[in-house]
Amino acid sequence: MMDYFSPVAFILVALVFLAMVRLVRGPTPADRAVAVDTVNTLMVAVLILLGVVYRQIIFIDVAIVYALLSFVSTLFIAKYIGGDL
Amino acid sequence: MIAEILIVACLAVGSFFNILGIIGLLRFPDVYTRMHATTKMTTFGSVFTALAVIIYGVTAYLDSVNSQYAVLAIHTLIAAVALAFTNALGSHAIARGAHRAGIKPVQAVVDRLEEVGP
Repeated sequence: MMDYFSPVAFILVALVFLAMVRLVRGPTPADRAVAVDTVNTLMVAVLILLGVVYRQIIFIDVAIVYALLSFVSTLFIAKYIGGDL
Repeated sequence: MIAEILIVACLAVGSFFNILGIIGLLRFPDVYTRMHATTKMTTFGSVFTALAVIIYGVTAYLDSVNSQYAVLAIHTLIAAVALAFTNALGSHAIARGAHRAGIKPVQAVVDRLEEVGP
């Protein structure tokens, strides 16, 4: 079976760099928070794909923990932007 | 063979929707429309790439009865579910914080949420 997963992983890493453009340029802090959230989502997908490419199950577990921790950090950044902290 | 076609289709749909989400993030005018693009598109695309990995794991497990592939499929399913729930909640929290910080949508003339109160 051919390897279909690594080209998609390359595409998603390129999209991460494009999201970094909004992270640098974004006029308001909320724009940067949205860009960070997007980068986190894409990195979870890249980790899942790399777990198949390199045949390491531990990458998938790292992806689960990364998703939950990035959710917590997103919630705290949103609280800070809203002025609740 | 059918599984291979399904994997390629899921990967194509996933990368297509991720590309659409990043285009929306770069092109839309304010926070709320950018969030509208990125949240739904990247969640849908990432869940579809995870679905391709799940199909790969299940078919490889059925071909060679090796429990490593079943572990791959189950852990990927858990990751996809965690992604789908946390992404929606986090984006709702960012939208609420942006509104409380006083960021208005571009060309907004009326703000009903501000009239109602916090």
